[in-house]
Amino acid sequence: MSEKKTKRRDFLFTATTAVGAVGAAAVVWPMIDQMNPDASVKALASTEVDVSALTPGNTLTVLWRGKPVFIRRRTKEEIDEARKVKMEDLIHPEKDEDRAKDPEWLVMLGVCTHLGCVPLNDKGDYNGWFCPCHGSHYDTSGRIRKGPAPWNMEVPKYEFVDANTIKIG
Amino acid sequence: MSDHDYRPKSKVGQWFNDRLPLLTLANHLTDYPTPKNLNYWWTFGGILTFCLITQIVTGLTLAMHYIAHADMAFESVEHIMRDVNYGWLIRYIHANGASMFFLAVYIHIFRSLFYGSYKSPREIIWILGIIIYLLMMAAAFMGYVLPWGQMSFWGATVITNLFSAIPLVGEGIVTWLWGGYSVDNPTLTRFFTLHYLIPFLILGLVVLHIWALHVPGNNNPVGIDIKKPSKDTVPFHPYIVIKDGFALLMFMIVFAFFVFYAPNILGHADNYIEANPMVTPAHIVPEWYLLPFYAILRSVPDKLLGVVAMLSAILILAVLPWLDTSKIRSAVFRPLYKQFYWILVADVLILGYVGAMPAEGLYLLIARVATAYYFLHFLVILPVLGFKEKTLPIPLSITEPVLGGSPNLATARNKESKIE
Repeated sequence: MSEKKTKRRDFLFTATTAVGAVGAAAVVWPMIDQMNPDASVKALASTEVDVSALTPGNTLTVLWRGKPVFIRRRTKEEIDEARKVKMEDLIHPEKDEDRAKDPEWLVMLGVCTHLGCVPLNDKGDYNGWFCPCHGSHYDTSGRIRKGPAPWNMEVPKYEFVDANTIKIG
Repeated sequence: MSDHDYRPKSKVGQWFNDRLPLLTLANHLTDYPTPKNLNYWWTFGGILTFCLITQIVTGLTLAMHYIAHADMAFESVEHIMRDVNYGWLIRYIHANGASMFFLAVYIHIFRSLFYGSYKSPREIIWILGIIIYLLMMAAAFMGYVLPWGQMSFWGATVITNLFSAIPLVGEGIVTWLWGGYSVDNPTLTRFFTLHYLIPFLILGLVVLHIWALHVPGNNNPVGIDIKKPSKDTVPFHPYIVIKDGFALLMFMIVFAFFVFYAPNILGHADNYIEANPMVTPAHIVPEWYLLPFYAILRSVPDKLLGVVAMLSAILILAVLPWLDTSKIRSAVFRPLYKQFYWILVADVLILGYVGAMPAEGLYLLIARVATAYYFLHFLVILPVLGFKEKTLPIPLSITEPVLGGSPNLATARNKESKIE
């Protein structure tokens, strides 16, 4: 076989394989992507919550995108406790001022960042939340203080539509 | 093996066999030379085949009544339990059948560990077995989600969230697995689909597992290579068929005890409460057969490392044939390995126990020690033992120690010389 012929055949093999691979990927991708959230799931993007009945020291739990959201009306002591914590004591350092724009209201996903359980209110070593599944302790700002969870509980996008209504999402 | 010269007696048989040699296969399976010293620990292969068939048959019949929808799944399971003719029986067989399946597979695996069945030339059989075991865990986990009770829902949440430990792409993978932002209807329907598919994948792998077994033939309690066929072997039928059949009967008594007298003892009461995404049960535990790995997961205080440790604990088994450096297969001739083997058994049982307990205080400490020992066994003790251990002399054939009346060769030879 001459050298020229070998090169021509190599080119054909490579080109055919490349086109075949692209074709296969184009067929495989829809099969994979069909498992991602569909249009109807994505459509349920926001929820409005009436918080007028919530008194300080209590938590309201609402469902948003299939997940619980904690709305906590914090007491003076809880706010003070959250604000005086030093950043170097935190596993995932975040200022309470950044997590609760209005210090009285803490809004966050009630989902433990370890493996997704719902933490319990007013429990744990830091007077905040305690996850019963694998023992993560959160403080009064929902920040992880002890246990296997890597991050603070997530603060979703939310806003006060009026004095008594929070819109989540 | 006598396969090659097999010829069916009838003309029709010959005609058929020339075109599709199924009769040759049947002849191979009946005549298959089996070591004559196989003990009852070797009957679990047959028992496991029975378990797989039972799960497939009961699963198919349950699927005729079950509705895979988040709003209806829980009620449809109650409908099976109360309305469907014998629905309670079929569901209890299926649910307890999963536990029986794992009970048998653990005995099967620990038998291999004791007698060194994973060693050359049986590595492929072993690895196929580990893949089957992984698929069994996936099938069992997804099956547990289908009744859509509280444990179903939160078990699914916790296990799928394991993937969120993967850096960068973790969260995306979890959303993809869920088909949403939490475990919900899309998750349930895909779990049902996969739960239906996996048993058939297992069935295919079982065929490969047995095929790979029939190449070198069975290992045996003395762990030596034997000539096949020879004085050391008996044909599979009727000898092993009868022995397997008797063991299966004994196993079915245990199985029936659970189904008829304690059908919920291995389950969790919380799973008779319908799934509620707002409330996590106070104490989440997986089914008993996953507890040792759950204990390993919880014993590591870091999320990613915990997941890595748990997966490594399973995957380490796949490389076991190369971690165990000893040339001697059976623990009968390995006095030190035999002791470490029983320590490992105890270690795994302890992990299972602490996996069911809250992850705090003394339990957490025990879980950490037991986890460390588990890895120590496979990564340090086994490789070193192969070089350090003084093994006992192995017999030249199965018949030798039998004639002498002891599996220990030295004793056997002594006795033989006394007889002479």
